[in-house]
Amino acid sequence: MANLTKSALVLYFIMLSNWALAQSDDYIGASEHIEHASQVSDVFVWSVQQLPNANFKSLPSILNELAALDDASSSKLLVYLSNGDVYFHPQTKQVIYLTKNSQGERIHTDVLSDTSIALLSGRLRKVRINNSIRSLITQLQAQQNLNHSSIDVRLGAAKDLLGEIDNISSDAVNARLTKESDSDVTAILRTILALKMLDSAGAENVSSALVILSGSLEPDVKAALMTASLQSDKYPPNAIKEIQATLANIDNTRKWYGYIENVFFGLSLGSVLLLAAIGLTITFGVMGVINMAHGEMIMLGAYTTYVVQQAFPNLIEYSLLIAIPAAFMVSGTAGVIVERCIIQFLKGRPLETLLATFGVSLILQQLVRTVFSPLNRQVASPEWMSGSWQINPAFSVTFNRLYIVLFSLSLFFALLVFLKKSSLGLHVRAVAQNRDMARALSVKSNWVDAATFGLGSGIAGIAGVVLSQLTNVGPNLGQAYIIDSFLVVVFGGVGNLWGTLVSAMSLGILNKFLEPITGPVLATIIVLVGLVFFIQKRPKGLFPQKGRAE
Amino acid sequence: MLKSMFLGFLKRKEVNNMRSSSRSLLRVCLVLGVSAIYVLVANQLFAESSTFHVSSYTVNLMGKYLCYALLALSLDLVWGYCGILSLGHGAFFALGGYAMGMYLMRQIGDRGVYGNANLPDFMVFLDWEAIPWFWLGSDSFIWVMLLVIAVPGLLAFVFGLMAFRSKVSGVYLSIMTQAMTYALMLAFFRNEMGFGGNNGLTDFKDILGFSLQSDTTRLVLFVITVVILLLAYCACHKIVNCKAGKVILAIRDAENRVSFVGYNTASFKVAIFTFSAVIAGIAGALYVPQVGIINPGEFSPINSIEIVIWVAIGGRGTLYGAIVGAIAVSFAKSQLTNVMPEAWLFALGGLFILVTLLMPKGIVGLFNNPDARQRFLRKFSSKPNASSSTRL
Repeated sequence: MANLTKSALVLYFIMLSNWALAQSDDYIGASEHIEHASQVSDVFVWSVQQLPNANFKSLPSILNELAALDDASSSKLLVYLSNGDVYFHPQTKQVIYLTKNSQGERIHTDVLSDTSIALLSGRLRKVRINNSIRSLITQLQAQQNLNHSSIDVRLGAAKDLLGEIDNISSDAVNARLTKESDSDVTAILRTILALKMLDSAGAENVSSALVILSGSLEPDVKAALMTASLQSDKYPPNAIKEIQATLANIDNTRKWYGYIENVFFGLSLGSVLLLAAIGLTITFGVMGVINMAHGEMIMLGAYTTYVVQQAFPNLIEYSLLIAIPAAFMVSGTAGVIVERCIIQFLKGRPLETLLATFGVSLILQQLVRTVFSPLNRQVASPEWMSGSWQINPAFSVTFNRLYIVLFSLSLFFALLVFLKKSSLGLHVRAVAQNRDMARALSVKSNWVDAATFGLGSGIAGIAGVVLSQLTNVGPNLGQAYIIDSFLVVVFGGVGNLWGTLVSAMSLGILNKFLEPITGPVLATIIVLVGLVFFIQKRPKGLFPQKGRAE
Repeated sequence: MLKSMFLGFLKRKEVNNMRSSSRSLLRVCLVLGVSAIYVLVANQLFAESSTFHVSSYTVNLMGKYLCYALLALSLDLVWGYCGILSLGHGAFFALGGYAMGMYLMRQIGDRGVYGNANLPDFMVFLDWEAIPWFWLGSDSFIWVMLLVIAVPGLLAFVFGLMAFRSKVSGVYLSIMTQAMTYALMLAFFRNEMGFGGNNGLTDFKDILGFSLQSDTTRLVLFVITVVILLLAYCACHKIVNCKAGKVILAIRDAENRVSFVGYNTASFKVAIFTFSAVIAGIAGALYVPQVGIINPGEFSPINSIEIVIWVAIGGRGTLYGAIVGAIAVSFAKSQLTNVMPEAWLFALGGLFILVTLLMPKGIVGLFNNPDARQRFLRKFSSKPNASSSTRL
């Protein structure tokens, strides 16, 4: 209560002084004024009043005072000052921001009250600054940001300073370091100090600076070291050697992180391949059925995602979670229908199955084209899929890739457990190994076939949900993946889930490592040709299934 | 000893087939020859207003269909007679087409957009200084004809050698051939490949000095296509009816037994695959001047699969079935895409399913064989029965 009274008194005083000194003709609503006054301090008012009378010599001290305030109004004033948008009225000495709105009309805003006022009459004069003052303002702003209460702003400010170490004095950094609690910011501040030491060019300074800098992966540090290593007139030869060694060290570390990043990209490509191929492993590997419509089952899943998002526009955040079971049902049902109507009549005739399912794929493609138009459809990404996880300056991981890797691996293991532990899984494996014997043991092989095919297609549908987050959803979506998935399955060894995992991941990684050398298209071609050679050497794939009754 | 017994067995079979096969050869030659002569006469002699007149557009279209027929013939040779289901025959076709396209491109000379006498337009566009090595000699018609035969042939030979020697067969082979054409498609889409990238080769002006736009040239191209189709048909007929052809047929039905008898099945397969690829390449070379463009889309896997459906619908294992299928399906396609563009893929897909389920011998099988006709009818009438017999 006492506090409240006190602040009210202060406000009252400020209000009075504002009016008295600004000699403004405008009446400013009291309530409005109080709102602003709560952010305005005495020093601010004092500095603003000094501005009209300031010259280039006195301005820096005013600005220093202003920056020391470290509040919203002072930083706003600094921004406008550096842009040259601060004017004052020669007679009344009222200081204003002069801005233009979107129609190009001038707007005058009173600096002290931060409210727009009627246009002042008469010629306005600019608060003039020169280059040295402008750079002082930049420094002050950086310093202000560095002292900001939010860690993110501090971190951003510190990172900006890495590139322009002249914008801050060592003292200011040191001062901040003593107060800083966050370890990331502290590390960057240390790096800034080290860069400043390096810049000062003393022999001991250089080596102690390099000790700190060698651990840093920031691109700015690398750039600074590069420049330093070329300045042979500034540094003694020994120091240059040391700098070069550090640079090589940093390059090496960055290269390693580059490899790790490539591996991760490869894993994420591999998990997309795994998702696309895993359903095929079941239908092709376990049933021996070539399903050329597999790609279209993926496409159906992707379109299911689209339909779910259209049906529940308010639930975009949860749309993927709804779409996964929905896509499983849609594609799975389609798979069961195809199996019952076509594939069961073509048992033991793989080439005919291939042709008939190709017919199915054409029909499904055209169906989608007729229903949804041939254009690509936009599938939204939920909020939680976007963004990335910055592990260090040289290595970051986007969340959608991370989730896809995790999701495809968990789907894989779920399927593995399902095939090993459930009774349907047991039946599926039994039919795959020896159909006649399984039937003799009263396994309903027809039913198992339909269920297996439905399962494989359903998983393809789930793959479609995931792919809808990565690529365009269009009628040709499935076509792009069918050949890749077949190759993954054949490469891994038909009917072997683990083989599929290994082959999908290794193909993904291989692709990503080839890409920087050869470009993406050539990388795909090389992998394809390599696979063709591999299949000719080992027709049964990496991990051939043993003891399978042919 | 075993070999000679086997051959004797084949011979006896051959005698039975001889009469009917030579009759079919005669028939096909007659039908093709007569219809070609009719088209020729109708195009040249009847006035344009006459109902019997065949327009130049139709002649061009027929020429295109016959190229497809030649392509289907080449696939039927490997699929119908040797059991190699190639899903990459479109690649050989396109390679032959590209070889011809190179020649036609060089024939444009300085009449291109950039007016460069030495470089085709797209190379000027890409800022290339000189013609790349694989384009050398492409201004000579003879050399290009050699390429038309050699490039698809060589690819098929190398591919076949590797695949058949390591006993890759059946579905694996099909997928590998599909991967081959897919990889080629991706490669030809690249500008750096030196074949015009996305746009392919087009804007052709003339061939051997004759304008491609003139009706006479088109008519001549049509006649050449007919002649080559007839020649290819006769050659294929000879091959499948000679001793080696019988071995190839035996490989289709029981490869292991044939190799146990002592034949090197891989070399037979490589030979027939290579020959087939050469025919496909020639078909492509005939196709390109008649349609005036070749682009990487010809390599797309779906094109190769369409070839398979021609053969399947026509009736595989009968050479004339492939021709019938290619012409019938292509005709249906251009008619249907005119009337209902949406419906074509539905129809094609439905055809795939129907043919594989109900008429494995294709259209030709229906008319050819009273047994098959009856079986087809029976299957239709007993359809509900069949599905109820599979206990759920």
